[in-house]
Amino acid sequence: MTMLEVKDIYKSYGDVHILNGVSFTMKKDETKVIIGPSGTGKSTLLRCINQLSPPDKGQVWLNGEEITNPKSNINKLREKIGFVFQDFNLFNHLTALRNVSIGLEKVKKIEKEAAYKRAMEELTRVGLAAQAAQYPAQLSGGQKQRVGIARALAMDPDLILFDEPTSALDPELIGDVLDVMKSLCGKVAMLVVTHEMGFARNVADEIIFMEGGVIVEQGSPKEMFTNAKMARTREFLGRIGALYGDEEGG
Amino acid sequence: MALETLIESLPSLFDGLGVTLLLTAFSIILGTILGILLATGRSYASKPIAYLILLYEKVLRGIPLLVLLFLIYFGLPQVGINLDAFTAAVIGLGLRSAAYQAQIYRGAINSIPEGQIHAAYSLGMNKLKAIRHVIMPQMLRLSIPGWSNEFTILLKDTSICFGIGVIELMRQGRYIQVRDPGLVLVVYLLIALMFFILVFSANKTLRYVEKKYQMAGYQTEAHR
Repeated sequence: MTMLEVKDIYKSYGDVHILNGVSFTMKKDETKVIIGPSGTGKSTLLRCINQLSPPDKGQVWLNGEEITNPKSNINKLREKIGFVFQDFNLFNHLTALRNVSIGLEKVKKIEKEAAYKRAMEELTRVGLAAQAAQYPAQLSGGQKQRVGIARALAMDPDLILFDEPTSALDPELIGDVLDVMKSLCGKVAMLVVTHEMGFARNVADEIIFMEGGVIVEQGSPKEMFTNAKMARTREFLGRIGALYGDEEGG
Repeated sequence: MALETLIESLPSLFDGLGVTLLLTAFSIILGTILGILLATGRSYASKPIAYLILLYEKVLRGIPLLVLLFLIYFGLPQVGINLDAFTAAVIGLGLRSAAYQAQIYRGAINSIPEGQIHAAYSLGMNKLKAIRHVIMPQMLRLSIPGWSNEFTILLKDTSICFGIGVIELMRQGRYIQVRDPGLVLVVYLLIALMFFILVFSANKTLRYVEKKYQMAGYQTEAHR
């Protein structure tokens, strides 16, 4: 059953057309990876989906409810859509634990004790139980991002949007974050913008290749990596493979 | 003789000190609440409101305090608003402080990465919740140094309320001066000392508060 439906999304900033009619769907607990050159509108697409930057045209539907309808309660709908940012965006004045629990406390109105307990479970899930009392400034980049993921998970979302979650990390920290993401596979729907080809190849149910604000091609990792139909897709995957390496193989 | 007069006058100086402290307390509270509202409004309210706030700040920061106090105390009765000197002083000091404090808070708000608001929204917080739970706690912490500065300025500027007849520390000093002109130097030195001690201890206390509520990663001093 279709959980997320993105219909013909257009978005411009001034005269610059970022998205020129993007449509795709996602099923429950599916993992999709969006790849493509910089400036192609991948991040903008994610922000259009949870309305951080509402699209100019087009619709987004989640579980049969139209997110893009101005009458729908966007705050309520956003509870169901986690967002993991490239630069983490943790709340600097709160400990790791409270970064994760604050949504439960203030949005879901869960009692403090229960919220802390749930937050602790999520921190444990991302391997950061020992860091619960630390502030963001005291965490490494990889740890911050795992707190970011725990924060999104705590809200019990149907879908988590990942906006280049490992791009701001030192190479040796990327693995921890990717491992956490892999562990979520099949438990929650994930839409991931990334340049990590190993992740795309091994984890994604489907890869979406975007360029110039449109989807050029989409298909299973196997199809895309070995049998891409479009010359542009093959060229991009060849180049990015050489740059980032897909040593994990497939 | 002179010493006796001085000692007899001391209680009245302390009365004046009490009034000065009350004046400071009421006007800093007014200035802080209004300043926070102004800064939040300027950053997050609709354009016309933000523009009105900007106008308010510009005007209030462009008028000398004594002129503002005269306008409120002597001018307003002409339009039927009669305020006693103390109230007029609190309003004048508070309104002006709000304009300066708004700048402090706005600077603090601007230094909080915008992504944190996006993160708050993506958890399902509305604007008000995001401001209250994410922006406000950080803004207040980041504002403590600027606020300390404004607090001591306000404390010292209460002496200007002398001009509209509030019987605060300066006015009590003036009474002593009139009674015994020979004491003028000693009395005003004493008043200066009182202000100095107040400002000094306020700064010490606020520095302590600043450290206590400092966010990790925002330490203002290098570790030695």
